[in-house]
Amino acid sequence: MRLTRRYHFSASHRLHSPRLSAERNRAVYGKCNNPYGHGHDYVLAVSVRGPVDERTGLVVNLRELDLLVERLVLRDFANRNMNAEIPVFAQAPPTTENVAREIERRLAGGWRAAFPGGVPSLEKIRVDETRKNTIELILGK
Amino acid sequence: MLITRKLEFSSSHACRLPDLSGEENRRLFGEAANPHGHGHNYVAEITLEGEPDPVTGMIFDLKELKQVLHDEIAVPYDHRFLNYETPPFDRVVPTAENIARDIWRRLAPHFSAPKLRLHSVRLHETADLTVEYFGEEEPE
Repeated sequence: MRLTRRYHFSASHRLHSPRLSAERNRAVYGKCNNPYGHGHDYVLAVSVRGPVDERTGLVVNLRELDLLVERLVLRDFANRNMNAEIPVFAQAPPTTENVAREIERRLAGGWRAAFPGGVPSLEKIRVDETRKNTIELILGK
Repeated sequence: MLITRKLEFSSSHACRLPDLSGEENRRLFGEAANPHGHGHNYVAEITLEGEPDPVTGMIFDLKELKQVLHDEIAVPYDHRFLNYETPPFDRVVPTAENIARDIWRRLAPHFSAPKLRLHSVRLHETADLTVEYFGEEEPE
């Protein structure tokens, strides 16, 4: 059984790579390179997979999943300027790709402590930056 | 090839185990443990896997699929309090996971023709909670 829980956070960012010239940054990132930044209402979908507990009928305790995502992701991302407030994005541009990777790193790092034996497993992370832009990260691939 | 048909139903449920205390039930099921129950507008997406018939061009007759979903799901589920009205939820907690498995068990026997099978039941309990069941826990 796969279970997907969706979370919502709003954050601002500016796409800018310190490894590119000002002109190349404008060419690569277009209006996302605007020096003052801009924001999105992100939707994070976390998918887990595992057997259904025959007694409780649950794949995962949703309260534990919610607490984990709150503690490892939402607390640092919601209503933040990602470039200024999340250390990894001081260097790596906070593209949706890099946001998904950072969320994966955080969740994977805390997963086994929250879910002993890795059951259920963390299967997929999906980040919608807008309704038109989505990144999906299948774990283990 | 996959074909998916969507069905909506509104039901109430209470998620609790009778042998646990109120506090223990809240730890497991959160607000859903409220003994008086509450409701959702469920959306089920039923996906069949098969090959289109060379003459009709259809994997399965959609009229018939619509009728099966009505008889097997809408009738027992829609506008019902699942714990009281829809077996097996007099004995089994009506979590989204268990509802998806029950829908699978009600539907799978209808799609036993050669080269046709029930592929998945995707159930949205709310816009932010979805389960997908692929029959992986059913006996062969």
